[in-house]
Amino acid sequence: MNRLSWFNVVSLTLGFAFLYIPMIILIIFSFNESKLVTVWAGFSTKWYGELVQNEAFLNAAWVTIRVAVFSSTLATILGTAAAYVLVRGGRFFGRTLFSGMIYAPLVMPEVITGLSLLLLFIGIGLDRGIVTIVLAHTTFSMCYVSVVVSSRLVTFDQSLEEAALDLGCSAAQAFRLVTLPIIAPAVISGWLLAFTLSLDDLVIASFTSGPSATTLPIKIFSAVRLGVSPEINALSTIMIAVVTVGVIAASLVSKRAAVRRRLEEQTAARTE
Amino acid sequence: MRRAILIAVPYVWLLALFLVPFFIVLKISLSDIALAIPPYTPTLDLSQGWAGVRDFFGQLDFENFVWLTEDDLYWKAYLSSVKIALISTVLTLMVGYPIAYGMARAPEEWRPTLMMLVILPFWTSFLIRVYAWMGILSNEGYLNQFLLWTGLISTPLTILNTQTAVYIGIVYTYLPFMILPIYAALERLDGSLIEAAEDLGCSRLQAFWLVTVPLSRPGIIAGCFLVMIPVIGEFVIPSLLGGSGTLMIGKVLWEEFFSNRDWPVASAVAVVLLLILVVPIVLFQRNQQKQTEAGQ
Repeated sequence: MNRLSWFNVVSLTLGFAFLYIPMIILIIFSFNESKLVTVWAGFSTKWYGELVQNEAFLNAAWVTIRVAVFSSTLATILGTAAAYVLVRGGRFFGRTLFSGMIYAPLVMPEVITGLSLLLLFIGIGLDRGIVTIVLAHTTFSMCYVSVVVSSRLVTFDQSLEEAALDLGCSAAQAFRLVTLPIIAPAVISGWLLAFTLSLDDLVIASFTSGPSATTLPIKIFSAVRLGVSPEINALSTIMIAVVTVGVIAASLVSKRAAVRRRLEEQTAARTE
Repeated sequence: MRRAILIAVPYVWLLALFLVPFFIVLKISLSDIALAIPPYTPTLDLSQGWAGVRDFFGQLDFENFVWLTEDDLYWKAYLSSVKIALISTVLTLMVGYPIAYGMARAPEEWRPTLMMLVILPFWTSFLIRVYAWMGILSNEGYLNQFLLWTGLISTPLTILNTQTAVYIGIVYTYLPFMILPIYAALERLDGSLIEAAEDLGCSRLQAFWLVTVPLSRPGIIAGCFLVMIPVIGEFVIPSLLGGSGTLMIGKVLWEEFFSNRDWPVASAVAVVLLLILVVPIVLFQRNQQKQTEAGQ
């Protein structure tokens, strides 16, 4: 399938233009001198300067980052355990319900997840704040982690684990020494996914946050409802830049790890 | 023992924070609104023992669901959400398939880069990607400026705050969800099958319809579900791009909860939305499980 027809070239070009032009325009106009976002009035970085002095945005950013770190770490632990159980756990009571609960949050409308968690927190008398947002984010992002990790677990050779067990490893040792290093790239990308999902989330955070904890998306949403502003463009640009650098770095690291592994395998094969 | 803990911890977590909350929503949807904290009655009072429990269940009723059928706002919002979701799923498929197809046919050394280019917007904030379109589609926005400049139109088009803007926003933000599963299916496709079809007298178009499309079906199904199901309950896109003219149930639920503070009705809206979604969610899960098992 290596013949690109003119149709393929046109659809790829138009497709990627569609995906990227809106963001490129957004970034360009964050450097606009004028308060009117749609009229170009010369290059300036003043909106970035104003952003740095905006106490409310900085506080919200700090809350958002803390929530994202805690919830993605918890979600990675729980999601990896869930994936391991689903792929390797064999049969157990309620397995169908368990796998249903793993897949359902992926497609569940956020308004329902948010509303139901809020009603739970109120029902058990938990004060809304950072803790409740962390609990909520962990719950839906652990399902994403579990899907990412289980797709790796499915493809890797189970006889490696069995060999480790035969050679005298305990189950825990086999997991730590054999399984974990092999699924590590998937676990890391699961963590990254959970982290960005948490950074992004507006709807569930709006339901589960209290007056003491406002996250960045909530702040952005209330500002954006009033219309387009250059300050939000600047903030968006920073967020796009952080994500782009993070994702590219992560993929380079995992690519290098893959290359190194292949080299090691080759050397091992030669020395045998 | 260790296995039991490994199973129990995520299991209990999901039971407590995913399943139990649904029963709470169901319960509150059967309650009445009240000027109290929490703003609904009845609340379960266990101190009165069995009588309290009986009294509690006696006070639950389907009043809120009856209310949903009486006021046109709700069923119109459900219908219009489903309609918008179906149309935008078809649009996303029409935009996404050619891109996925082009990616699968691209030289192998380009594919990781192309994959990266699809995944990157998916990692970028949803809110920001929707926001980007507000500046493009508004009356004095970039699209109108461009069209006026080319002379194609003489007065600005009103796109922002219409359903057209909602469709554009949905296709744009959900495109990676459509492209990735279709690409995954197309990439696995054995090129010799198409050569065989062509050798046996198919034209290229026939080979595409008779071989490529049927073999990419699992990807198409997964992509369509991944777009359609969340779009039915979408809130951010209609509220930022749709204006007051676009009725979608996610927005109605939000306003019922945050503006009207009517929790029982908001819960009833959620329960009915969930009932609408049960069929596609179960179908999606079956499809995913079949794929996972095929992978094993």
